[in-house]
Amino acid sequence: MNISVRNAESFVFSPENMEWAEGQFAKYPSDRKQSAVMPLLTRAQEQNNGWVSVPVMEYIADMLEMPYIRVQEVATFYTMYNLKPVGRHVIEVCTTTPCWLRGSDDVVTACKQELGIGFGETTEDGEFTLLEVECAGACVNAPVIAYRKEYYEDLDDRSTRKFIKAIKNGDVPVSGPQTTDRHKSAPRGGPTTLKEFCAAQGGQE
Amino acid sequence: MLADKDRIFTNLYGYQSYGLEAARKRGDWDGTKEILDKGEDWIIDEMKASGLRGRGGAGFPTGLKWSFMPKQLDGRPHYLVVNADEGEPGTCKDREIMRHDPHKLIEGCLVAGFAMRACAAYIYIRGEFVHEADVLDAAIEEAYAAGLIGENSCGTGYKFDIYVHRGAGAYICGEETALIESLEGKKGQPRLKPPFPANVGLYGCPTTVNNVESIAVAPTILRRGGSWFAGLGRENNTGTKLFCISGHVNNPCNVEEEMGIPLKELIEKHAGGVRGGWDNLLAIIPGGSSVHMLPKSICDTVLMDFDSLKAEGTGLGTAAVIVMDKSTDIVKAIARLSAFYQHESCGQCTPCREGTGWMARIMNRMVTGEAELSEIDLLLDVTKKIEGHTICALGDAAAWPIQGLFRHFRPEVERRILDYKKSRTAA
Ligand SMILES: Cc1cc2nc3c(=O)[nH]c(=O)nc-3n(C[C@H](O)[C@H](O)[C@H](O)COP(=O)(O)O)c2cc1C
Ligand code: SF4
Ligand code: FES
Repeated sequence: MNISVRNAESFVFSPENMEWAEGQFAKYPSDRKQSAVMPLLTRAQEQNNGWVSVPVMEYIADMLEMPYIRVQEVATFYTMYNLKPVGRHVIEVCTTTPCWLRGSDDVVTACKQELGIGFGETTEDGEFTLLEVECAGACVNAPVIAYRKEYYEDLDDRSTRKFIKAIKNGDVPVSGPQTTDRHKSAPRGGPTTLKEFCAAQGGQE
Repeated sequence: MLADKDRIFTNLYGYQSYGLEAARKRGDWDGTKEILDKGEDWIIDEMKASGLRGRGGAGFPTGLKWSFMPKQLDGRPHYLVVNADEGEPGTCKDREIMRHDPHKLIEGCLVAGFAMRACAAYIYIRGEFVHEADVLDAAIEEAYAAGLIGENSCGTGYKFDIYVHRGAGAYICGEETALIESLEGKKGQPRLKPPFPANVGLYGCPTTVNNVESIAVAPTILRRGGSWFAGLGRENNTGTKLFCISGHVNNPCNVEEEMGIPLKELIEKHAGGVRGGWDNLLAIIPGGSSVHMLPKSICDTVLMDFDSLKAEGTGLGTAAVIVMDKSTDIVKAIARLSAFYQHESCGQCTPCREGTGWMARIMNRMVTGEAELSEIDLLLDVTKKIEGHTICALGDAAAWPIQGLFRHFRPEVERRILDYKKSRTAA
C-alpha cells in the first residue's frame, strides 16, 4: 500500500482540539475522565488522517491516566476506529438485509468498479477506502452509503457511480435521497399524513 | 387512521426547522414549568396511566420503570441515560426524532429526569449519526441559552444538564448495560443482571435507560394527559408509534400511526403497497431483524401491537417492518442477518460467540443447499441452546430469525438441499 502516512510517529492534539478535549472532560464527573476516551479517540482519528495509530492511543492513555491496554481495548472493540491508514475519502456501504433487499449488491458492484478496489482496501493513490458496514440506521432510505458526516440514500447503480465521480472531481455531493424526488424519510410522492403541516414549509432545516 | 391532531411528531419529515422557535410553534416547551410543578409522583402516575410501553424493543411499561428509581437520594446522583444507539436492522425512527424534532427529546429528558431526581441525562447516540449529533448539540445549546435546562431549568430551581455522548460503531452498545459500560469508557460488553441499573447503573449510581422515542413522547403525554394516550390503540397496547417500513414496498417510509393498526393497512396506506401488489408478498419481519418473520397468510390480518404479534409467536420489537416480496431469496435474507449477529456478538459468552459463527456458517450453506437434511434439526437445536443461555438478549436475537425461517419456510430449504444433491449426482 502506497500511502503517505503523516503523523504516524508521534501525536499531539492541535490547540483547537486540545480546547475541545477540555470541553469533553466537563461532561463527566471529575473522577470519571475515562468516559472521554471514545470522543477523544474519534477526534484524534480525525486529526490523524482518519486512523488511530499507536502514538495516538499512547497520547490519549496519558491524557486520561488510563493504562494503554484499556485504550487499545476500546480502539479495537468499536468498528469506527480505523487501526490502519485509510484513504482521504472513506466510503461506507451498508449491506445488511434491508439494504440488500433494495439493491445494495448493485451499489457494492458500482463502488468496486469505479474505485477498482474491494472492501477493506485503499486505492493505490491513497484517495479512497471502501468499507462494508452493518445497518446504518436509515433503512427506509435503503440502500445507503455513509460518507463523512452524511448519508447518501436510495442509491442504485447509476447514482452510486455519479456519487463517486463527483467526489473524484473534488465535489461534495448533496446528501439525502439520490434517485427520487422524495423528501427525507417521507414516502415518495409526498407524505400520506400531516399534509397541511408539511405544505406549510416554515424554513427548512 | 390516526388523525393528524393526535400525531406527536409533527416534524417527522423535517419540512420545518428543528430549531427552538419552530419547535415552540409546534407546541414544545409549552407549560413545562407547570408540569414540573405538579411533582415527581404526578408525572410518574400520568405516565403509568398513559400505558406507554418502552419503544426500544422490549416494551416494558415506562412509568413503572421510572418508579423503580430510589425515592430518596442516598448521596449518589441519579442519571437518565437515553438510548440513541439505534442499530437494529430495519429501524430508523430515532434518527428522525433527533434531526428533525430534537426539542421533543430534550424536553422529555427534563421531565423524565425530574421525575427520577436525576442530575443529568446522557444521550448515547450511535457514532455514525454525525449530522444528527450536531443537530442535537445545537438544540441543546438553544435550550441552555433559553434557560429551559441548566442551573434553573424553566425557572423551577431544578438543576439539570444534558450531554451528548457519541458511540463508535457497535450494535451491542444498544443493550442497556453495554451502553453504560461504553459510557464509562470501556468496551461495550453487557453486565450480568442483577443488579439492575436502577440500583447500580452508570458510575455505580441509580440509572434509568430509555429509548429516544419513549422519552420524546413524554412531554406530549403529560400535556394532553395520560388518558388521551391511553385512548389510542388497544388496552395494554396504547398510544401512537413510529413505524419504519422498508424493503419491497413501493414507497418505503417512516410514519406515525396508532398502535394496533392492521399490518396490511399500514403498508397500503403509507408505503404504497407491496411491490407488485399484496398477492406478491412473501413474508414480513414485523419488528426489526431480531423477531420471527411472518408469512403472508398471517400478514393478511395481524395487528401491529405488542400483544397481537406476540400471539403469532413474534414481536413488535422496534416496529421496523421489513417487507419481502416473492422475488426474495428468503434463506439468503436470513443468512445475511446471521452474519450481522456474528459480527456484532461481543464475545463474552461462549454460546453466543461460538453459536453465532456456527449458525452463520451453516446458514450460508443452507442458501445454496450444500447441507444435509439432518442439519436442519441440528441447527434448530443449536438455536434453542443459545436462546435464554446468554448474558444479554443478543443471543436470542440471533436465534429467533432462524427459528422463524424454519417455522414458515422449512420446505423451501429442504427443496434446496435435495436440488443440490440432485445436481451433484447428475454432474
Ligand atoms: C443487542 C441489543 C441491542 C439493543 N439495541 C437497542 C437500541 O439500539 N436502542 C434502544 O433503545 N434499545 C435497544 N435495546 C434495548 C435496551 O437494552 C433497553 O431495553 C431499552 O433501551 C430500554 O428502553 P425503553 O424501556 O424505553 O424501551 C437493545 C437490546 C439488545 C439486547
Ligand atoms: S449474548 Fe452475545 S452479545 Fe450478549 S453478552 Fe453474551 S456474547 Fe455478548
Ligand atoms: S440495513 Fe442499511 S441502513 Fe439499515
